[in-house]
Amino acid sequence: MMKQAPERLTALLDECKTLAFDLNFTYAKQWKSKSKYRLLVGYLPIYVPREIIHAANGMPVGIIGVGDRKQIIKGDAYYQSYICHLPRGIIEMVLDTNLDTFDGFLFPSICDCVRNLSGMFKLAKKGKFSRYFDYPQNFEKHIGGTFYRELIETVIHDMFLINDMKITTQHLNDSIALYNRNRELIEMIYNIRQEFPWRLSAVDTYHIIRAGMVINVEKHNEILEEIVALIDNDFGEPMDNIRVVISGSFCEQPPIGMIKSIEMAGCYIVDDDFMLGSRWINGGINNTSADPLNEIVNSFLTQSAPSSAIYDVGNPKSARLVSQVRNRKADGVIFCAASFCDPALLDRPDLQKGCDDAGIAHINFQFHENTGQFKVIKEQAGTFSDSIKLWV
Amino acid sequence: MSNPKEAIKEKSMVIQKEMLANLFTELSNAKENGKKVVYTFVPGNLTELILAMDMLPVYPEINALQSGMRKKSGSYIKDAEKMGFSEDVCTYVKCDIGMMLNGNIGPTGEKLPDPDLLLLSYTGCFTFLKWFENLERLYPGVEIAMLHTPYQEDGVITEEQITYMVKQLKEDVIPKMEKVAGKKLDYDRLGKMLDNAAKAEDLWVKVLDTAKNRPSPIDSYFAGVYYMGPLNTAFRGTEEAVSYYEELLKEVTDRMNLGLCPVTPEGEMKEEKFRLVVEGPPNWTNFREFWKIFYDMGAVIVASTYTKVGGLYDQGFRHESGKPLESLAKYCMGCYTNLNLPQRVDLIEHYIKEFKADGFLINSIKSCNSFSAGQLLMMREVEQRCGIPVGFIESDLVDPRYFSYANIKNRLESYFQMLGQRKTILEQEEVNA
Repeated sequence: MMKQAPERLTALLDECKTLAFDLNFTYAKQWKSKSKYRLLVGYLPIYVPREIIHAANGMPVGIIGVGDRKQIIKGDAYYQSYICHLPRGIIEMVLDTNLDTFDGFLFPSICDCVRNLSGMFKLAKKGKFSRYFDYPQNFEKHIGGTFYRELIETVIHDMFLINDMKITTQHLNDSIALYNRNRELIEMIYNIRQEFPWRLSAVDTYHIIRAGMVINVEKHNEILEEIVALIDNDFGEPMDNIRVVISGSFCEQPPIGMIKSIEMAGCYIVDDDFMLGSRWINGGINNTSADPLNEIVNSFLTQSAPSSAIYDVGNPKSARLVSQVRNRKADGVIFCAASFCDPALLDRPDLQKGCDDAGIAHINFQFHENTGQFKVIKEQAGTFSDSIKLWV
Repeated sequence: MSNPKEAIKEKSMVIQKEMLANLFTELSNAKENGKKVVYTFVPGNLTELILAMDMLPVYPEINALQSGMRKKSGSYIKDAEKMGFSEDVCTYVKCDIGMMLNGNIGPTGEKLPDPDLLLLSYTGCFTFLKWFENLERLYPGVEIAMLHTPYQEDGVITEEQITYMVKQLKEDVIPKMEKVAGKKLDYDRLGKMLDNAAKAEDLWVKVLDTAKNRPSPIDSYFAGVYYMGPLNTAFRGTEEAVSYYEELLKEVTDRMNLGLCPVTPEGEMKEEKFRLVVEGPPNWTNFREFWKIFYDMGAVIVASTYTKVGGLYDQGFRHESGKPLESLAKYCMGCYTNLNLPQRVDLIEHYIKEFKADGFLINSIKSCNSFSAGQLLMMREVEQRCGIPVGFIESDLVDPRYFSYANIKNRLESYFQMLGQRKTILEQEEVNA
């Protein structure tokens, strides 16, 4: 008889599910309300060094769209039909006061839509600071590294002006340690899922990681520790599914129904780039340094995950995707990008070619975060799964 | 729709046509003559550096827009889409890749040479980065240099940003250029070119300023895209460009002194009824029909943001030979699409007031998020601050599928009607006062 998932796991998953899509950011706002020195700093996809916000007595809060959980009415009036869906939801949240208690906002350099959204926040005078976070695209330590450090120092100063808290070496090292553990635990979940994907569905995994973007890292680590321990035990039953890697969903997030449909169609998602920012730094960052900021800078220059937001000449993403597929022992890739997402869609032909050259099967489709019909996607994913099972 | 006749051209346009024809001939013979070819972008271009090392620049956006004007872009785009590029992405990229797939034939019918260097001046447009990543794979083994231009996110250019750019130029970009060119950069020569650039920039600003006159002797958008050509592309820094702008200024000043309206492809406009400021690039596939809608209604564009993608000289920037690399860095960071949204709104407000515009119009381009994302908020801001009628139309750069003539014409006619009514009311109020 099939062993059932532990009750405690079910309870934790329910908690994560509620947290993940709380677009009022209730937990974060309650956390902030406990001290006038606490900060809430919202950040958009993909990556910001959350350690610096944490060390400044702040909570970094991921603002990664409203999905299909909020009807967009006013936001649509700010965007033409050919702009992706993500910023509409964010503007809707701005106008509906969801983001009112936030102190600042960071807009990582990922595309021109997010870049210009930073200007819209400035025009709307939203937050005590809103800053376009212009990652260096030069990866030499003394060139791009110096520039990046100055950028981070500017954000640290922005936060200092609000709460008068000076970040010490110890603070920053402690924060690095917490986020190291966070990334390590997330990686452990992915590793367990790689071998036993039936123990935790892709949707549950999604909720767990997304919940971590709206709560403090200490609490998220507690949840992750428990979940890792629970899923390390045997339960559930494997299905005759293929194993896929999802690529292209790093910014606007696919609706939950779509992730579910892919798995129900016979595809275990063994790796993905949903919420890539939480997994951006590969491996740990030195947390015993006398200059921890330098460690954060170096980690960006040398340990960043492959991403469409990063200039990749010399380290092509297609080769890195092929390695990812091999390492995860996946059968294929599903290219799944948001409509009108220039970074993902302009990378797609080369990534597909990389898969073709390596003999890796792939399919692709596009979505909006509020796509409501999954029949076609389910059929496409199902056919993909069947064709691999039958022919590969 | 009108049946396009042979366009009437000003003398400066004829000169420019010759300059371009010579360039394309030189490009087609580049390999035989041992000339190295550099592919690069218009915003934040480093033309003086390229020319100072005796290399020849090719601008993929210019190729794409010329393909659009020659009605070839539609099939190029479809070819790129067959290769896997989504319908949703930038059509300049797809047109360029499609053109390459079809033999890379330039506007004069001659084949463009393959690049010896891909010089990615990553300024004001994220897609540039993706574009050149793709080109690098299509031209395997070719040298590639990348200059990251920081965005003016805070509305200022900082010393740290300048240092970052100068370091990239000194330690990465210039050494790669020197390697490809097979020679060291001659800073004296570069300095002379920057001095020439500044002379041409002075003249260009004087040309733009003539639009403050009533009637304006130029159309700063439809004709402006021709006028800006030599400065934004392969000729900035040359004596030739200075001569071109001298001629252009003379021509425009003569027109202004005679109280003439702009020259259009169908001859001189008879009356200036409306003065507009326009934001966003034009549509290239139906450029003449698009322009005709305006001049048929007596609408003149007195200032435009698109003509500032290659540099905001009218706001005071000049290339300087004293600190050449710092000057190039400031130039790159000062291009229009590298400004943040509040800066863009301020600039538009300034244009509306300075050029005494009757209206503000946005041509929102499907392909260009750098321009388009946020334009609807910009429009509201401008309307609030300036209290003039604003209009909004949509088209694309080079994808003919996204140019709906009837739709655009209807919208513009309604807009001009609104401008006309407002003008009548204002005139009446003035009489009553």
